[in-house]
Amino acid sequence: MLGLQKKDASLLLLVFALTMLAPFILNPFPEGSGWAQFNAGYPDLMQRFVIFGIFAIGFNILFGLTGYLSFGHAAFLGVGSYSAVWMFKLLSMNVIPAIALAVITSGLFALLIGFISLRRSGIYFSILTLAFAQMSFALAYSVLTPITGGETGLQLALDDPRILDSISAAAGGNIPVPSLFGIEMRDSSEWSVGSWVFTFNNGYYFAAFIMLCSFYLSIRIFRSPFGLMLRAVKSNQQRLNYTGLNTRPYTLAAFVISGMYAGLAGGLMAAMDPLAGAERMFWTASGEVVLMTILGGVGTLIGPVLGAGMIKYMENILSKINSDILHTWFAFLPDGLEDFIVTIIYPFIGKGWHLTLGLLFMMVVIFLPGGLVEGGQKIAKLFKRGKKDDDGAKAADATTPAE
Amino acid sequence: MGILDVKNVNKRFGGLQALGDVNLNVAENSVHAIIGPNGAGKSTLLNCLVGKLIPDTGSVMFDGQSVLGRKPFEINQMGISRVFQTPEIFGDLSVLENMMIPCFAKRDGAFELNAISSVGSQTDIVERAEQMLEEMNMADKRHMHAAALSRGDKRRLEIGMCLSQEPRLLLLDEPTAGMARADTNNTIDLLKQIKEERDITIAIIEHDMHVVFSLAERITVLAQGTPLVEDTPENIKGHPKVREAYLGESA
Repeated sequence: MLGLQKKDASLLLLVFALTMLAPFILNPFPEGSGWAQFNAGYPDLMQRFVIFGIFAIGFNILFGLTGYLSFGHAAFLGVGSYSAVWMFKLLSMNVIPAIALAVITSGLFALLIGFISLRRSGIYFSILTLAFAQMSFALAYSVLTPITGGETGLQLALDDPRILDSISAAAGGNIPVPSLFGIEMRDSSEWSVGSWVFTFNNGYYFAAFIMLCSFYLSIRIFRSPFGLMLRAVKSNQQRLNYTGLNTRPYTLAAFVISGMYAGLAGGLMAAMDPLAGAERMFWTASGEVVLMTILGGVGTLIGPVLGAGMIKYMENILSKINSDILHTWFAFLPDGLEDFIVTIIYPFIGKGWHLTLGLLFMMVVIFLPGGLVEGGQKIAKLFKRGKKDDDGAKAADATTPAE
Repeated sequence: MGILDVKNVNKRFGGLQALGDVNLNVAENSVHAIIGPNGAGKSTLLNCLVGKLIPDTGSVMFDGQSVLGRKPFEINQMGISRVFQTPEIFGDLSVLENMMIPCFAKRDGAFELNAISSVGSQTDIVERAEQMLEEMNMADKRHMHAAALSRGDKRRLEIGMCLSQEPRLLLLDEPTAGMARADTNNTIDLLKQIKEERDITIAIIEHDMHVVFSLAERITVLAQGTPLVEDTPENIKGHPKVREAYLGESA
């Protein structure tokens, strides 16, 4: 299907089903029930899932295939966001030109940074990319205020030129919102079934469609001769050089492609909510995508998407739990014990969700170096072994490293 | 005039004269061995041939073109393939994938952004790699992780990868270092077979005299960075200067 092997095609189908049915899958608990706070099916969060999924998929093309660990990818995300907002301000509220410009500028920016940073490898490469990203952040925050809006960030204004939209904008008194040929990104339709409310958001489905395309493209890259060369770079750069292949353009191309993915994610963020701030380029944002990729499974196809979903879910759901909620959960326990348990758990929730994430990350790195994907493979293998004991060896052969 | 012509090459590392006025001429379609005691400058010389080091003075011509100042990948594209002392292969990839990479390098050159078509659809490359594995007697191992191969098989794969590029000059850096006797003999047989079947020049750096005398048609002896003698194996065996370099003056 679509030029893919059967295994990859079914993976793509799975991701297709997950993204299209996300409003249902992420909303398993009825409104008003105690579990409703675990619902993640609201547009904001679903958009974040797919957008950070794109970011992580792109990052994985660089880090997963070539092994070059960039610590500055948030810079490309930020550049993408700024470009998209500028496009909204100057040209049109249509998201297509905004996203196109976001991808192009971040690609050019990645070409520049990559050209310099890829002179070194290993830790020096990471430090160089980190330095560039922090410089971009500092510039966006201070010197470049006329372009970036500085501390307040870049926002739309009523008197922006919007050359292509001038007629329609004059009619209304409000700042127009990003749209796709008239379909507004922030619009949602809701569907109530019993006490469940499912939200279908235009912006989410647009972002999900783009994420599917990005995922498909990344499968093609992984399976292409180019992807093979990138894996060879990771495996043995010396042999590649002495095999008549110039590693520099390969790594640079991977860097630019992953930078463009980051710019696409940044542009989509601006398309969902048309403002951009320098904090998107801060180094913690770069670190986050590294965490997502490692948590999900470096060099696997679906791992980064899983990792992005996991981290964004925890960030938004776990951080909402407070001590009152904990007290209601453990109310069935005797008072003393209840207080004790709540005291123990409290540091891990609410603002302390980073602690939980840190522990989870440590566990994954120690016990599942292949990330959540390896966890899934291990579980699948257990089931297979349960069915047919002597089939274990075959199952081990069948799990290729890049699923 | 040979295929490889090294003239007056000097290389200094600080106070150490690693190579002093090295002249070497490797005739086309011959097997030429470079031997010498430890620290004689064999590896330095080899690194000067493949672009890893640049000599301070002198010239290195391959087939009438200078290799000096060119990057290793450019020199490889000129037709020089190198086999390393410890086999350098792509350990994370399968044996077949290992073999496909030099085939791509041969077909597409140093860089080709072929990011959309799948590897499997490049039938000419797959066929070529399969055929090469067949010739190396490794077809049954094609789906193995290259890192899981035995030392001898890794060497065999590395040589196969070099040959798949159809190089005009094959450089071998102590190809049997650290090998068991049986593996060593297998490698000798493999190299003999390669020589018989192909128009190829082989330059070999070796410590093991057994390997040298079973393969080489000409031998250059290096000592302290300078060539002592160049001659046929028969003459080298009894040469007093060679004995002196290897065993010390008293011998």
